[in-house]
Amino acid sequence: MLTSLLIFLPMAGALFVWIVPWPTARAAGGTALLVALAELVIWVNRALNFDYGNAGLQDSASHSWFSDLGVSYTVGLYDFSLWLVGLTIVVSTAAIAYGFWSGRERMGVYLGLLLFLEGATVGVFTAQDLLLFYVFWEAMMIPLYIAIGVWGGAGRVGATIKFVVYTLAGSLLMLVSVIALGLSAGTFDMRAIGENGSAWIFLGFAAAFAVKAPLWPFHGWLPDAYRESPPEVAAILSGVISKAATYGFLRIGLVFFPAVVDDWRTPVLVLATIGLVYGSLLAFRAPDIRGVVAYSSLAQMNLIVIGLFAVNDSGISGALLQMVTHGLISAALFLLAGAVERRAATGNLALLGGMARGRPILATVLITTGVIALAVPGSSAFAGEFLILNGIFTRGWGWALAGAVAIVLAAMYMLRLISAILHRNPGPTITEAALDLRPAEISIIVPLVAVLLALSFWPAAITDHSFGGRPAGTVGSQFEAAP
Amino acid sequence: MTKFPTPSIDWAALSPELALLGGAAVCLLVPLFLPHGWRRHFCAFVSIACFIGAGAAAIALFRMDETGTAIVANALRRDRLAELGQVLVIGSGLLTVGVSYAYVLRERMGEYYALLLTAAAGMCFFVSADDLMTMFLGLEWFSISLYILCAIAIEEVASLEAGLKYLIVGSFSSAILLFGSAFVYGATGVIGFEDIADASSGADSLFLVTGLAMIIVGLAFKASAAPFHMWTPDVYQGAPTPVTAFMSAATKVAALVLTMRLLVTAFPAQEHLWTISLAVIVCMSLAWGNVGALVQTDVKRLLAYSSISHAGFLLMPVAVATPLGGRALMYYLISYAAMSIGAFAIVAARERELARPVTLEGLAGMGWERPGMGAAMTLFMFGFIGLPPAGLFIGKFYAFSAAVDRGWAWLAVVGAIATVVSIYYYLGVVRAMYFQPAVRVAPAGGSPPRELALGTSVALAVVVTVGSFIAAQPLLDIATDAVSFLPFPH
Repeated sequence: MLTSLLIFLPMAGALFVWIVPWPTARAAGGTALLVALAELVIWVNRALNFDYGNAGLQDSASHSWFSDLGVSYTVGLYDFSLWLVGLTIVVSTAAIAYGFWSGRERMGVYLGLLLFLEGATVGVFTAQDLLLFYVFWEAMMIPLYIAIGVWGGAGRVGATIKFVVYTLAGSLLMLVSVIALGLSAGTFDMRAIGENGSAWIFLGFAAAFAVKAPLWPFHGWLPDAYRESPPEVAAILSGVISKAATYGFLRIGLVFFPAVVDDWRTPVLVLATIGLVYGSLLAFRAPDIRGVVAYSSLAQMNLIVIGLFAVNDSGISGALLQMVTHGLISAALFLLAGAVERRAATGNLALLGGMARGRPILATVLITTGVIALAVPGSSAFAGEFLILNGIFTRGWGWALAGAVAIVLAAMYMLRLISAILHRNPGPTITEAALDLRPAEISIIVPLVAVLLALSFWPAAITDHSFGGRPAGTVGSQFEAAP
Repeated sequence: MTKFPTPSIDWAALSPELALLGGAAVCLLVPLFLPHGWRRHFCAFVSIACFIGAGAAAIALFRMDETGTAIVANALRRDRLAELGQVLVIGSGLLTVGVSYAYVLRERMGEYYALLLTAAAGMCFFVSADDLMTMFLGLEWFSISLYILCAIAIEEVASLEAGLKYLIVGSFSSAILLFGSAFVYGATGVIGFEDIADASSGADSLFLVTGLAMIIVGLAFKASAAPFHMWTPDVYQGAPTPVTAFMSAATKVAALVLTMRLLVTAFPAQEHLWTISLAVIVCMSLAWGNVGALVQTDVKRLLAYSSISHAGFLLMPVAVATPLGGRALMYYLISYAAMSIGAFAIVAARERELARPVTLEGLAGMGWERPGMGAAMTLFMFGFIGLPPAGLFIGKFYAFSAAVDRGWAWLAVVGAIATVVSIYYYLGVVRAMYFQPAVRVAPAGGSPPRELALGTSVALAVVVTVGSFIAAQPLLDIATDAVSFLPFPH
């Protein structure tokens, strides 16, 4: 019941915002923001009362949808999916607040789309029926397409075409796999589908996840989409939507295809390692803020995939922690990028610089986020990456070595980004009129950073409160027992 | 003088056709005695009443008939497949009246509605055909009505051209169908579908196989499946838009329902031949329709190519020849018919607004100026791709499931790839409506009137599209009932 509420409250809110003829755009936007805040409150309340010792499905709801093929509307929360739902809700709320503050045109339609996206994403993380998972998966794409296409930058049309064709090419192959898996198991209920040994079906799923994450070399859509989106959409896209892909690898790939994952580990790890190093190098060379964040996001997603494909406690725990951490980091960085671009009218690093002087809050927030992003020891990103590398070490020290190299590269690109924005002499586009972060921006971005700091102090908040404590042991078994 | 034995006629089973034909007669005659200004409205209301009456009759028959029976000397079949097909045709007709309401032909509105009713009646007859002769009669009946409807805007060259093209190509296909039927009759000595199955089980004689191939060709023409689709873009583009809307939905329903009935009932022994040849037609339609649509700028033409590709998707479940496939086809048709009419209705609305053919550029900014129409069109376009929340998503899911279930996963993969290609042009429409700044078109005399009738049709189409997604189970039950009598070979 509660899970359904988390899914449909934002969707209903979106419809409400779209249909009612609001007197002003801010009234529509304010309503959307209120809905988002209400969703956040509901989630926080649930997270405080969640039964973490129980590895089973909680708050589940199930209704038959069409029975002859065994398709149903079944949703529910596992302890680890609770965290991903939380990530979705936190980042979406921040994005909606940012969109409200920045006063986009046709605000009601825009924020309604973001609300709809929030609901669909929560649906992806909570669906326990394969077809329902697919429905929400596709439903995420529609609002993103329109939001980038209408409110994006100058190159938005090309960016949306690439984005949609890439993602749908992957996801339609997934549809065939969904059908093949469901028909061969005789049900689409994800709790009742047992293990399957077909490499083809796995590859169909992997295609969708590899594009969405993205895994190298399926990232062709990423630079354009991240550069042309409004900053808050980029924040959702890189912070949340990409996590749906790694969630898919975890919930579907590892659970239904353990033998195939074993066979395909080396090829996937090779791709992911290349993506990790390649993404880090590109981030180091990217000429603009968004480029750095986009490619660092590519690198981080590949790192998470490495952790998942270690298929052991440490790797999977680390991957989950890193999903949440990276989601928050990346959202905060994109919103900060938006703040800088708003002041300088450019994201080109060569034209920026010297923003630290006279803008202490911007400098503090950016440096804090950047330092967490480069995984300084003690940060939650460090905890996540350490667990991932520790996990993959048992599969071969070479993978861990490559990962360690990438952490060094992460320090290089992050410090370059920070210094190009904050230090040196003021760039030609930085004028005295460019103010420090405004109170509204502070109230949106600082909470994200505060959550990151809290997780840095207590990463066990996530690692000890998911999978009933034993990921690799339960990933295969926790999901099967249908109540 | 010898007395010719007349068959007993089940008038109840013919009531939908009779209601529609009665309406056609009224639309032709009564307006002569009415003032000019009333005629258009009178005919529209008569048509609506007749469509509703015929629909109610078909629904009542559907509820009554637990099993199928042969009626009128085994010439027709009274079963749920026919009745569901009739409901879909009649529903399409009803929505089309809404689209046509504001469409004005100076002297010929009576004829227009009469022909619309006649075409629908012909299709209702066609979907219940149970032998080769009634099949051909039904086909000609609705085709001739449609030929005239395409050309009814005689002041417009495009309309005349469309009518002529459709007439020539359509007659050619009818001839092929008739020739094929003659071959089958020659090989078996019977024309009833079940009798053909009984007479032909065993050897595939050359005559029978040739006849079967020619019948498939003739029906594929009507379904506008590649490589027999050449007429579709020109005719869809040239015909008056309400007529296109009706053809795109109702003709497809009629052609596909009958194709499935004929192949499954009459040619179960030749199943190894027609399943694979239909699969080839599916692949060609998907390839041709989608690639052709990529380069279109005229929206009606684009939708015509889209309809070719959907012929491919619709034939996919027919090709697999399983009960699951039959269910998939009937369910797919429900949402496809609604979406197709809805999309053409919006094109018609825009056409009246601009007073010129609608190109993609002509749609620019429409999403913001007409929020309701824009949202509906967006829904239809995402739905044609096969994305939620449109019923077509489940239709596609079922069609692919039927293919995978039969062991033809490759056909589902072809469908998935075709869908990827289709994204580009369907989203091109959305792109045009929302992403581009409105091109200020010179309004031809003030803002266009709000068209309540057309808006109602679009709203109904939206309701069916979304409703068939949410309430999938009841509609699937209906689809299951409709095909449960068919003797599927698998």
